Amino acid sequence: MPQRTIVEAINNALAEEMESDPRVMLLGLDVGRLGGVFRTTTGLVERFGAERVVDTPLAEASIIGASLGLALAGMVPVAEIQFLGFTAQGFHQIGPQLGKFRQRSRGRYHCQVTIRAPFGGGIRSPEFHSDAVEAPFVQTPGIKIVMPSNPYDAKGLLLEAIRDPDPVLFCEPDRLYRSGRAEVPDGAYTVPFGKAAVVREGEHITLVAWSAAVELCLRAADKLAEEGVSATVVDLRTLAPLDIETLCNQVAKTGRCVIVHEAPLSAGFGAEVSATLMEQIFYDLDAPVARVGAFDVPFPAASLEDYYLPSLDRVVEAVRKTLQS
Amino acid sequence: MTAGPFALSKNKDVKDVQERHSVLQADGTIAAGAQPRMEEEFLLEALRWMMKSRLYDTRVISLQRQGQFGVFSPGMGQEASIVGSAMALDPTRDWIVPQYRELMATVHHGLPLEIITAQYLGKIGPARIPDGVRVLPTQVSIAAQLPQATGLAWGLRLRGEDAVVMAYIGEGGSSEGDFHEALNLAGVTKSPIVFFLQNNQWAISTSRRVQSATASFALRAAGYGFPGVQVDGNDVMAVYDVALAAVERARKGDGPTLIESVTYRMSFHNTTDNPSRYEDPKEHEEARTRDPIERVQKYLTGLGLWDKKREAALTEELTQENEAALQLAFAAPAPVPADVFANVYDHPPERVVQQKAELLDGRRD
Repeated sequence: MPQRTIVEAINNALAEEMESDPRVMLLGLDVGRLGGVFRTTTGLVERFGAERVVDTPLAEASIIGASLGLALAGMVPVAEIQFLGFTAQGFHQIGPQLGKFRQRSRGRYHCQVTIRAPFGGGIRSPEFHSDAVEAPFVQTPGIKIVMPSNPYDAKGLLLEAIRDPDPVLFCEPDRLYRSGRAEVPDGAYTVPFGKAAVVREGEHITLVAWSAAVELCLRAADKLAEEGVSATVVDLRTLAPLDIETLCNQVAKTGRCVIVHEAPLSAGFGAEVSATLMEQIFYDLDAPVARVGAFDVPFPAASLEDYYLPSLDRVVEAVRKTLQS
Repeated sequence: MTAGPFALSKNKDVKDVQERHSVLQADGTIAAGAQPRMEEEFLLEALRWMMKSRLYDTRVISLQRQGQFGVFSPGMGQEASIVGSAMALDPTRDWIVPQYRELMATVHHGLPLEIITAQYLGKIGPARIPDGVRVLPTQVSIAAQLPQATGLAWGLRLRGEDAVVMAYIGEGGSSEGDFHEALNLAGVTKSPIVFFLQNNQWAISTSRRVQSATASFALRAAGYGFPGVQVDGNDVMAVYDVALAAVERARKGDGPTLIESVTYRMSFHNTTDNPSRYEDPKEHEEARTRDPIERVQKYLTGLGLWDKKREAALTEELTQENEAALQLAFAAPAPVPADVFANVYDHPPERVVQQKAELLDGRRD
């Protein structure tokens, strides 16, 4: 079976879907000849032409707003916003417009739109490039928020997103884009939304994460194993919809939980996960649910990002404390 | 009236983009050299729609004052802009992307009056735009509809459809970033779209004078690489002419046009507004002399096609039509609590399904 990086898995998913569905088109900054700043769309303009792989003006609100209109016309747009942090300049076209359009039109219209956006720290990006701003979108119902952590899921979740009749924000972990290969089959397959993955099973504690933080949790689990601690790692895969059942079952099994995310701690999605656990399985918990996030300051200069982002040491320390209580 | 600290005197170095297109003058005579494309029978139809719009607004404001209607933004004074632009479209293939002050344009385009009325009454199912009616929902988030309209026009061309999009905006909305982004993208993609900007001189209480230092909003089109034209927005014959030319240009594949339709908001922003706090009564009275409906009636009277008797008969007929639509809208089923969850997702998330059950638990609706 072919081995692919996340970049290759995304490229493969886009190419196959454009091949099988002539309505699918890509638009965004530098997605054509350059192949995107991370090269996820390499070779697609040559293969499908400039009408279906479109370099747009540098303007996020119109990339997203036009995608909505393209969808109403019967196209299936996949928009690329160069970095998730740049969605700030198009935010109103995502939640308030894409997320609400079906309701505003009393069901007459729906928006089959996928917005792809790389994000996350750890690659020494300039300002605004690394911001993990997934949580604000959870507060705009109508948008699905997808957070793949590995090549197999990246392809399967992206195909699910493109085929979803409703809008999807698809956040790609740029730190992991080329960090490793995994089996990614040729041909179409989908990974359903709202189904978390148990990527490692353990007995003592459950680590909950999404996107690049899953990789951090797996490293933490390796390190903890040296200390005789066995950890479950749950990859939520999608924040909206949230797989409450898997989350609760996996935390109830170990009785202890640490949630890890790259976004600032306060009002990060970890708070939602923690509150859900309190509501659903309070009596199965043996210790308070702990969270490890970035600090509640704006993303600092890249030279400081290793101190700002959740680190292996901070995750391991949070686990040790949780096991003691 | 003070115009505020940012009040700008007209910049004498910048000329208007071109002559303001005019056919039927305020006194009901045809402007010298004008060659109207609107023939008499068509003009009578335009008059019918303009009167229908004015009568509807008057009735709805009255209902609102009696507590029977929600917040409403009338089109009074702007009927020539609203009707003349819509009449340049073919409802069987073209699309309207409204802001919220173009109600009768959408009705002209095939949206039944009772359905758009039901929307104002907060109805859900009965307010759904019927399949086949090429109209998007009214847009309250100012200018957000414009990038969407550009995308729609672009997509219709990609799909091989022979369609033109008419997108509405006000002069206030032209200050929004979405206006710039949408027009820029439309120019680059050469999409079949007409941006119809109703300059009604007011954005709630904000005067056109503080909205922009530009001498003419039509001038802005130059920055996007397509034509901008200015028209007397109270002159239905002129509005129709420039709108039709823009639609024909878009249909031929020559790209977008920006039309600045210079008009005047004769009522108010919406039923919560109070223009007496900021509008100079003299300006209002002056605008009244340029009424878009009266000038058509004068012109047709001169041709022997209009008189008080015909006016009374048509007024009665249109009042009955509007009343029938209002009655249908009022009689349409009211929303039920479950409608909170209607029309959000194709497949609602599990938590949303549970929330709906929670809301409905023990209810019998």
